[in-house]
Amino acid sequence: MDFNLATILPELILACGAMALLMLGVFLRKEQGELVLGLAILVIVVAGVFVARGQGTETAFQGSFIVDPFAKLMKLLTLIGAGAALLMSLDYWRGQGRLKFEFPVLVLLATTGMMMMISANDLISLYVGLELQSLALYVIAAFDRDSARSSEAGLKYFVLGALSSGMLLYGASLIYGFTGSTAFAAIAEAVQPSGTNLGLVFGLVFLMAGFAFKISAVPFHMWTPDVYEGAPTPVTAFFAAAPKLAAFALTVRALVAAFPSVTVEWQQIVTFLAIASMGLGAFAAIGQTNIKRLMAYSSIGHMGFALVGLAAGTSEGVEGVIIYLAIYLAMTLGTFACILAMRRNGRLVEDIDALSGLSRTNPLMAFTLAVLLFSLAGIPPLAGFFAKFYVFLAAIHAGLYPLAVIGVLLSAVAAYYYLRIVKLMYFDAPAERFDPMPMALVTVLTVTGLFTLLFFVYPSPLVSIAEAASKSLF
Amino acid sequence: MSWPILSTITFLPLLGALLIVLLRGNDESVTRNARYIALWTTLLTFILSLLMWSAFDPTTAQFQFLEERAWLGTIKYRMGVDGISMPFVALTAFLMPLCILASWQSITTRVKEYMIAFLVLETLMIGVFTSLDLVLFYLFFEGGLIPMFLIIGIWGGQRRVYASFKFFLYTLAGSLLMLLAIMAIYWEAGTTDIPTLLTHGFPPEMQKWLWFAFLASFAVKLPMWPVHTWLPDAHVEAPTAGSVILAGILLKMGGYGFLRFSLPMFPLASAEFAPLIFALSVVAIIYTSLVALAQEDMKKLIAYSSVAHMGFVTIGIFTLTMQGLQGGIFQMLSHGIVSGALFLIVGVIYDRMHTREIAAYGGLVDRMPLYAFCFMVFTLANVGLPGTSGFVGEFLSLTGAFRVNSWVAVLATTGIILSAAYALWLYRRIIFGKLEKPSLKFIQDLTWREIAVMTPLIVLTIFFGFYPAPILDASAVSVDALIKNYNTALAAAEQARLALAP
Repeated sequence: MDFNLATILPELILACGAMALLMLGVFLRKEQGELVLGLAILVIVVAGVFVARGQGTETAFQGSFIVDPFAKLMKLLTLIGAGAALLMSLDYWRGQGRLKFEFPVLVLLATTGMMMMISANDLISLYVGLELQSLALYVIAAFDRDSARSSEAGLKYFVLGALSSGMLLYGASLIYGFTGSTAFAAIAEAVQPSGTNLGLVFGLVFLMAGFAFKISAVPFHMWTPDVYEGAPTPVTAFFAAAPKLAAFALTVRALVAAFPSVTVEWQQIVTFLAIASMGLGAFAAIGQTNIKRLMAYSSIGHMGFALVGLAAGTSEGVEGVIIYLAIYLAMTLGTFACILAMRRNGRLVEDIDALSGLSRTNPLMAFTLAVLLFSLAGIPPLAGFFAKFYVFLAAIHAGLYPLAVIGVLLSAVAAYYYLRIVKLMYFDAPAERFDPMPMALVTVLTVTGLFTLLFFVYPSPLVSIAEAASKSLF
Repeated sequence: MSWPILSTITFLPLLGALLIVLLRGNDESVTRNARYIALWTTLLTFILSLLMWSAFDPTTAQFQFLEERAWLGTIKYRMGVDGISMPFVALTAFLMPLCILASWQSITTRVKEYMIAFLVLETLMIGVFTSLDLVLFYLFFEGGLIPMFLIIGIWGGQRRVYASFKFFLYTLAGSLLMLLAIMAIYWEAGTTDIPTLLTHGFPPEMQKWLWFAFLASFAVKLPMWPVHTWLPDAHVEAPTAGSVILAGILLKMGGYGFLRFSLPMFPLASAEFAPLIFALSVVAIIYTSLVALAQEDMKKLIAYSSVAHMGFVTIGIFTLTMQGLQGGIFQMLSHGIVSGALFLIVGVIYDRMHTREIAAYGGLVDRMPLYAFCFMVFTLANVGLPGTSGFVGEFLSLTGAFRVNSWVAVLATTGIILSAAYALWLYRRIIFGKLEKPSLKFIQDLTWREIAVMTPLIVLTIFFGFYPAPILDASAVSVDALIKNYNTALAAAEQARLALAP
């Protein structure tokens, strides 16, 4: 029996913190949202400190909860994403004059769910973590309850999310039926490459459909553009940063830990998801005029690129995925900081054309956004290049040449719509100025911009951490 | 090695760019200071590159001025030059101050950003020639797209947006395939260290794929027919200095890539597909020369002439003879000077009249005798008249071609005749005839600044025409080593084939 509460300390801090803040919010009665939001960030920082502590691998609850270097790294990234998203939301709510204390509480609860997803080493704990996260996310997608678009986003997300959870559960029950266990280690033992049966493969497919929904991989991506566009912008920033990372970590662990002997089976599915996502992300984004919708398609494409690393099915591939997600997190936070700074007379503008001539009206913001966009397009020497470099490196080693060739060509297509924004900012005549950027956004933008721009100078720390983390899975 | 001279040369312009970023004050003083910082930085870089040339030992084929630092595990930060890459570093450093000078007055908007873009571009271009690691090379090679994209798009002509997108996406798509090939090389050889890879024997079947992947990138960059269509657009729309850099250096990266990677790393594939290169080059020479004849736009004409001249380079390189290879290298350097100068020449009258249409000019010799003289020197060099640098390159390339395939040589020679036709005709239409157009009545001759730009170019064109030895000597040993390795690899493959045969 291993039952050590210290193992789940970060999750406990987050859960207890969320409940304490809920009580505090009710107790204070008045609109004290900013205090609660500040405390929520503090809770996340404390949880982060405890995540970073400790060495090696520990398990809890009879092995259904695992803390290894992989989990630690992904948790830290997720916490960074959640914390930064909360920080960036501050001025938005302040401007709207209705920061409700429920928002930071729900973000904390969702984050608790993500931490559980990352550490899930059993189909049951996987599902519990996933649902805790999803239920909180459905609510905050519809958080702007007076706006029809936000309510629509929440409802769509909820209905489609429930469907995907159903598929995931169905797949999980099939897998349980054919292997006799829900623990990843036991499933891995029961699954033999020689005797793969059809029922198990079916279970795997349904399970992966559920995963694909959560990471918004094509063909389970339909919710993404609508939810991104409809949800309040800071919520979108949060969606783009944290949940995707957690869901991806979950997918990686489930496939690598539970089905190592049938890699060939899921490799095909992942390859298909990757190509479809990269393709749709590249082509569908071209026609967008709303920047949030554009970022939705961009994120679909980026998940496709990250899946290329997973498709390799090797430790190098997972290393590539980790590097990709870490860099993607920085780029996406920076881009959303810019999107949140696109306000005129206190109102957010979401039209891409509003960025026109930004290099004349706000050269620093234009430069940083251009760096982020070139990086998203994967142009060296920016960080986004190294992200793509490592996933494709793994794909080449695994002999997935067609996937790699299609992938890089689609990345050239995707470069087009990022360039379009650069063109607006640099080549076109200036439009009206934006309001001055709040400090919180400046901070996030500076940190992410510098990281993206200067990553090439000293890339080895991230690479070696990612290598250690991926080794712990194999 | 005590002082890392290559890193200094490579990153000095970046330092200058940082200085310009930090400039504060009113617009006028920032603009003036930005210009001067850019000029002094590029001049200093050029002086350093000359120092490097003087310290360069031409008697060895080894890489010199080596530097190595930890970077990405087995992928290290490695720098070094040999006789093939060193002249290109010097060429880049030579052209940059001229570009800055040429933009002194023609660029009036966003001067600060313009100078930053050029200095960053210089760092990336020099890095291409000095890096000794494939991944590092790729970083520089493709990073150059960003500043060039901005230069064309912000300071370009009417259709600048179209041209900049076409330039960016064409080149990106080509390079990405090379990136995959670099990854495959990494797994096959276990390293991306260029000196190690140059002697690594890749399996013959793999060589073919890798060779084509590298071709995709270099053919677009060079550019070879039929993927040259981005070049005329980019050249026409780019500001004068942008065209100079495009023609003078960016195109040379393709040729350099063939020399540095395709030939030594994939000798079997190079031997097998040399006829393909010859065919494409001959088509390029004849077809684009004919197209050049029909152009109404001066810059477009010179752009097509560039494609034709690059055809000589690829022919020379793939003959794999001493003459051909040296001819190819020489032709690239000479073309870098001459075509850059021709774009500057066009820029001179464009700044005055704001049109590039040939029909808008005529009889300029009356008002601009100095200009007519400069134009004549570069036109003749472009045609390949003996006594100019253009002659040496073309002559050597064709000599090499004759030894390998006389048909290729004969067909390519027609290109020289055609080049005389379009270049001299262009000259006649612009300089001679009667000065009738009322708009030209008060056109001014070259200013002191323009003379300062033209003089070094004229001197070098004629100097290398009579005395090509500095370049030929510097590259001779490296080229010789390349040919020896190539022949050894071919012989070994032949041995293996014979051993397998019953």
